[in-house]
Amino acid sequence: MADKPSAAELKDYAEQADAWFKENTVRDPGFMLPLTFMEVSTDQQFDFLQDWQRKVYEAGYLGASWPKEYGGGGLHSEYQRVATRAMKKYDAPIMINAIGNGWAGPLILDLGSEEQKQKYIKPMLSAEDIWCQGFSEPENGSDLGNAQLKAVKEGDEYVLNGSKIWTSLGDRAKYMILLARTDFDAPNKYAGLSFFLNPMKIDGITTSRIKKLTGEYGFVQTFFTDARISADCLFGGEGNGWSMAMKTLEYERGAKVKPVGGFFVKELDVMEIVELAKNSVRNGKPLLDDPVMRDKMTQYMIDIQALNLNNTRRRMPQLMQDRPMGLPLMNKLARTELIRELTEFSLAFQGTKAGYYVGDENAVDDGYWHRSYLNSFSATIGGGTSEIQRNIVAEHALGLPKTR
Amino acid sequence: MDNLGTIGTTEEQIELMDVATNFCRDKSPIDKVRGMIDDDLGYDPDIWREIGELGWLAIAIPEAHDGVGLSMAEVVPIAEQMGRNLMSNPFGSTTLAAQALLAGGSEAQQAAWLPKIAAGAAATLALREDNGDWDLSNIEAAGTVSGDSVSLSGKKQLVLWADSAELIIASVKIDGAVRFALIERSALSDNAMRRETVIDETARSYEVTLDGVTVSTDALFDAGRTRETLEKIELAAGLIHAAEMTGGAQSVIDYTVEYLKTRKQFGKIIGSYQALKHPTVNNYVEYEKARTHLYSAAHSWGEQGRGEVAVRMAAAQSHSSYSTAADRAIQFHGGFGFTHDCDAQLHRRKAILSGALIGDAAYQRSKLANLLFD
Ligand SMILES: Cc1cc2nc3c(=O)[nH]c(=O)nc-3n(C[C@H](O)[C@H](O)[C@H](O)COP(=O)(O)OP(=O)(O)OC[C@H]3O[C@@H](n4cnc5c(N)ncnc54)[C@H](O)[C@@H]3O)c2cc1C
Repeated sequence: MADKPSAAELKDYAEQADAWFKENTVRDPGFMLPLTFMEVSTDQQFDFLQDWQRKVYEAGYLGASWPKEYGGGGLHSEYQRVATRAMKKYDAPIMINAIGNGWAGPLILDLGSEEQKQKYIKPMLSAEDIWCQGFSEPENGSDLGNAQLKAVKEGDEYVLNGSKIWTSLGDRAKYMILLARTDFDAPNKYAGLSFFLNPMKIDGITTSRIKKLTGEYGFVQTFFTDARISADCLFGGEGNGWSMAMKTLEYERGAKVKPVGGFFVKELDVMEIVELAKNSVRNGKPLLDDPVMRDKMTQYMIDIQALNLNNTRRRMPQLMQDRPMGLPLMNKLARTELIRELTEFSLAFQGTKAGYYVGDENAVDDGYWHRSYLNSFSATIGGGTSEIQRNIVAEHALGLPKTR
Repeated sequence: MDNLGTIGTTEEQIELMDVATNFCRDKSPIDKVRGMIDDDLGYDPDIWREIGELGWLAIAIPEAHDGVGLSMAEVVPIAEQMGRNLMSNPFGSTTLAAQALLAGGSEAQQAAWLPKIAAGAAATLALREDNGDWDLSNIEAAGTVSGDSVSLSGKKQLVLWADSAELIIASVKIDGAVRFALIERSALSDNAMRRETVIDETARSYEVTLDGVTVSTDALFDAGRTRETLEKIELAAGLIHAAEMTGGAQSVIDYTVEYLKTRKQFGKIIGSYQALKHPTVNNYVEYEKARTHLYSAAHSWGEQGRGEVAVRMAAAQSHSSYSTAADRAIQFHGGFGFTHDCDAQLHRRKAILSGALIGDAAYQRSKLANLLFD
């Protein structure tokens, strides 16, 4: 890795980043901006976010610590941390290419060939190539190991047949990380799986949009009908699909990180919730004078503070001796469930106003809290449900037996 | 909100953690813990002596008073491991008495007592009374000054390890103001102390009657330091009990997980049933949060404002997670869980006593709310 910067170098860089984001951040483009990469609904939103990621990348504040030879900035990770902090400070929009930069990219950097790194990383950083993920199927969601999409080798091609579903950004993506079955006679369901870096804009692949609980779009069903892809698209070797998928999920669930910079999901700022509570009334008095609301809000402060500090603690081996995998594995479960509870709680503050929704002028904060609550399920379901996360923590951190 | 703490460790803290992990595990196996339940003293005097020799009572005492000169941050891993191994002795009460002396004692009072404590003398605090209030300034025990002597009256309750303590620091009201009086154990007659039956059978607690006890005015803390002494005691107690409860929560979760991995019903290991597995994960998550808060509190100890927020978060989280984990531990052991032989009850009872001593999770949150929102 690159050299650790001196305090002075870092300060210079921080000032530049601060100035850049101050100058360039657009928070209100005149239409609603998505809170997460799973929420990109309209062309307007998509174009804006793709453009925004390209701009940030070209300014050097995205992928700053990724290897230079593949399009990154080649700097020490401290630089990226500083740049991301500036994005947070100016409440910058999200980075749209989450599946590319968050999980496919790190995987390719870890295990890909030189050629794959040359080909995929740079356009992924600039958001020219949007990535999506084809894991879940209509009949096999939580039981991902049972995925049935068929990939049959014919010469130097694979022929794909079947369907993937809940594909976020599936109608926008150029590539998909795809889990498919190459061997139907394998000794167990996992051994028959292979992993592909699959091109989306080819004959035989079509998508159909699915309307979400919020009334917006964002994910699709993807259909494969005799779609032919080059055998070069295979990643990690035939029969190793499960292991590649698990490595992907380590990044997706935050058990491992290779931070590209920025946020894929708008972080909830608990202080905004405290503000909302302070500005709400109950029985003519400030809401936080109500002992029940006050106690609950305090408990959430304790929870938030614990999860924030967990991020530091997990980098401190001296405080992780007994169950070293505990904190990394529980991260997704604890965080996503807390956000769901907190955003639900924020509706309780609003009294009669809790009845309004996005689009009505009487809605509190333009319906931000309602939107946040409904969208919070994207994280308690997507990426492996909370129930599945509990199985994982039980089995891999506590050593309890599998549920069969 | 700039009164939220951070997390960090010191080298000494981690060294002490390693030593304490081994020491407490080796010296306090469960049969020993249970053996002490019917013992009058309640702990093994040889082990107590060793603890003194290890210098653990001297950790947070300044070098000028023969201490090690570290802080409560370094006491935390020891209390944590004691809680984890249900090792019961006057370590906590003695450490708190030393903290009280540091906050409120005069130079002469500190010089008289801190070196003794550093060398292994036990001490304790007499703060609580019949009204059951966690507000330590709500007291009725009194002192009447005449000349240079103070005659004390009233009753103090839940005085931990009083029969072992060479020094008892009691809160009394003098002329309407809370004051602290140093009482030597030898000044109390045997019938001034009644052993209380407390829910945690591994602890020893006494009701102390102050009627007829006289101390010199030299034995009073300065009136001007009452407030900071009360605050320091409350925080130090919160931190020590949070450490013990966090260790206890880890232990009762491990104990439950072991059972879930071995017991079979309907032909299956019961740990494969999600009705047991998922709540156990939830309890484990809450425990890890408690441990994070604990080491944040240790790290933020001594920082104005942040210290109190961090300690109260640790106390609240450890009390709620210990209580829930132990409660579920009883249930998940079935009929065996209902027995005295099952260790789940030891933990459940200990969590109740700790909450009673420092204020339970809800009380800690009510104090926190004032710090966070007002
Ligand atoms: C917003 C969003 C975006 C998504 N984006 C993508 C994407 O880009 N690519 C992709 O591949 N997938 C994506 N997903 C799909 C997601 O990964 C699946 O929805 C998820 O894994 C659950 O699968 P399922 O929908 O089939 O539900 P099911 O597996 O049918 O689950 C139904 C219920 O049963 C529970 N359950 C299932 N098995 C167990 C078990 N063993 N123990 C206990 N409870 C169990 C579940 O927790 C859930 O509550 C997305 C989902 C959402 C909500």
